[in-house]
Amino acid sequence: MVHDTTRDTAHDPATETAPDTARDTGRAPARLDRELAGLDALELGGAGRPRRLAIRLWSALWPMAAAVGIALLAWQAVVWSGWKDPWVLPGPADTLPVFWDQIRTGRFWDAIALTMWRAVVGFAVAVAIGLAVGALVSRFRVLRRAFGSLITGLQTMPSIAWFPLAILLFQLSESAILFVVVLGAAPSVANGLIAGVDYTPPILLRAGKVMGLRGVLLYRHLIMPASLPSCVAGLKQGWAFAWRSLMAGELLVIIGDTTSLGVLLAQARELNNTADMISYMIVILVIGIVIDQLFGAADGALRRRWGVDQD
Amino acid sequence: MTAVATDTRVRLTGVSKAFGSGASSLLALDRVSLDVAPGEFVCLLGASGCGKSTLLNLVADLDRPSAGTIDTGGARVALMFQEPALFPWLTVTGNLELALKMRGVPRRDRRARAAGLLDSVRLGGFAKKRPHQLSGGMRQRVALARALALTEDDTGSGQDTVLLMDEPFGALDAMTRDLLHDEIERIWRTRGLTVLFVTHNVREAVRLGDRVVLLSSRPGRVVEEFPVPMERPRRIDSAEVAALAATITDRLREEVSRHGA
Ligand SMILES: Nc1ncnc2c1ncn2[C@@H]1O[C@H](COP(=O)(O)OP(=O)(O)O)[C@@H](O)[C@H]1O
Ligand SMILES: [Mg+2]
Repeated sequence: MVHDTTRDTAHDPATETAPDTARDTGRAPARLDRELAGLDALELGGAGRPRRLAIRLWSALWPMAAAVGIALLAWQAVVWSGWKDPWVLPGPADTLPVFWDQIRTGRFWDAIALTMWRAVVGFAVAVAIGLAVGALVSRFRVLRRAFGSLITGLQTMPSIAWFPLAILLFQLSESAILFVVVLGAAPSVANGLIAGVDYTPPILLRAGKVMGLRGVLLYRHLIMPASLPSCVAGLKQGWAFAWRSLMAGELLVIIGDTTSLGVLLAQARELNNTADMISYMIVILVIGIVIDQLFGAADGALRRRWGVDQD
Repeated sequence: MTAVATDTRVRLTGVSKAFGSGASSLLALDRVSLDVAPGEFVCLLGASGCGKSTLLNLVADLDRPSAGTIDTGGARVALMFQEPALFPWLTVTGNLELALKMRGVPRRDRRARAAGLLDSVRLGGFAKKRPHQLSGGMRQRVALARALALTEDDTGSGQDTVLLMDEPFGALDAMTRDLLHDEIERIWRTRGLTVLFVTHNVREAVRLGDRVVLLSSRPGRVVEEFPVPMERPRRIDSAEVAALAATITDRLREEVSRHGA
């Protein structure tokens, strides 16, 4: 046998006395230590110093401030052009004081509270349903074939198209709004999870298999964390759809004497009160942006921690 | 499973592996027989696509052979790839602790065991880093530590351990690779591991192996085995290593050229 001829040069661990001796390796251990450490230090390079908080804030904020400035300027330019009478389209100078007055009224904050409550409940239900459906569909190949493209199709369906059905089923009620918000957001959440599970890197799956990860442990320690970034992207998109569906719902489904942002908007239109209307629209825009930024920040933090995109 | 003779850690007997079925099936391995002694360092050499990875997957029990038997006599087997394949959401120590958890090491012992493993690949100061913060060579050392975590017994010995390495240094630069040759040799010796090391780099095979096993391509068969008589430590740029590597390269070229005709 071939290895018999090599046994004398092969290492026999049982007779090894001082294992880490100089004749163990091509280089003396201490030297190997130094060389490895040196190479490690060189390859890691000097990590850039973190910049000061004030500078980071400023560099994040000034583009936003500039964008707001440009938008206000464009708005003012349209007003100056005399395209519409000032009582139909007031300029920023007339609107901003109205906006300031508005945000000091209780009715305004009640409206925001109701709208946000609906958004949060609707989004939470959508997340629960979306994750459950996504988990099932990604787990079972049959379900995937049956429902995969349906979920993607639902994602592209304008949520306002659901309202006639929602009103038939639930009349003009909270349930009708909730129904549409959930249908708007859940497919994105489900798709995010499915995509994340699908794109779990095969090499990590092999590494997991070598470790003996299977069943629940495989999901807990490998597939779930691996799909997290895609899941966050799904949540972010789901939120955008939920917010849009909710605004459509509040304009279409006006319930009794509740006060929501949609109701305020509809009333302002009936009273031809453009300055009020624009104030509400600004609020709707700002809420949408802020929450989107939160998801964006979560996504960014995740990517930085994992080193998904290095710059 | 029959007991393996004491001088054999891994025994492959007539192992064949076909992918697919019917007319389109591909015979990746054809009646490969190979014995690896405990504590031996065997290098598997072959052109790419000759079935080296397939063979390691079979030994690691990630796949079943179409014919033949593989006997590891209950040894613990770990497989390392060309990519480190560390989990990016875990720290370096987290990656090792997960491997230890899967080995059944109780939670309270894992942190210390992981630290010991990191020390043994000389990355003691990097436990809290994330994989992406390390260089390619360092990541591969963490992957090595993880493989050791999966196989070492509670005394830190690797006597019942088979370490399978699938072109582990293929993606590294020459300087780093040289250092890691010394490093893997040291760890192999101190722990008494049995190593099956796959490469398509002939000099690397001669630098590291007690024996170099040459595989043919399509189907993969054992063509020839070359014992490596040189004393350790060896240098990859030494004349003896170069001479044997040249002999093996000629044989490999001959084998490869059969496919061009
Ligand atoms: N899962 C698979 N299905 C079908 N063919 C495969 C599969 N895995 C490997 N092969 C084929 O088997 C042969 C050997 O592959 P592999 O073991 O990866 O070669 P090596 O590692 O030596 O480069 C190749 O021709 C490859 O295409
Ligand atoms: Mg391969």
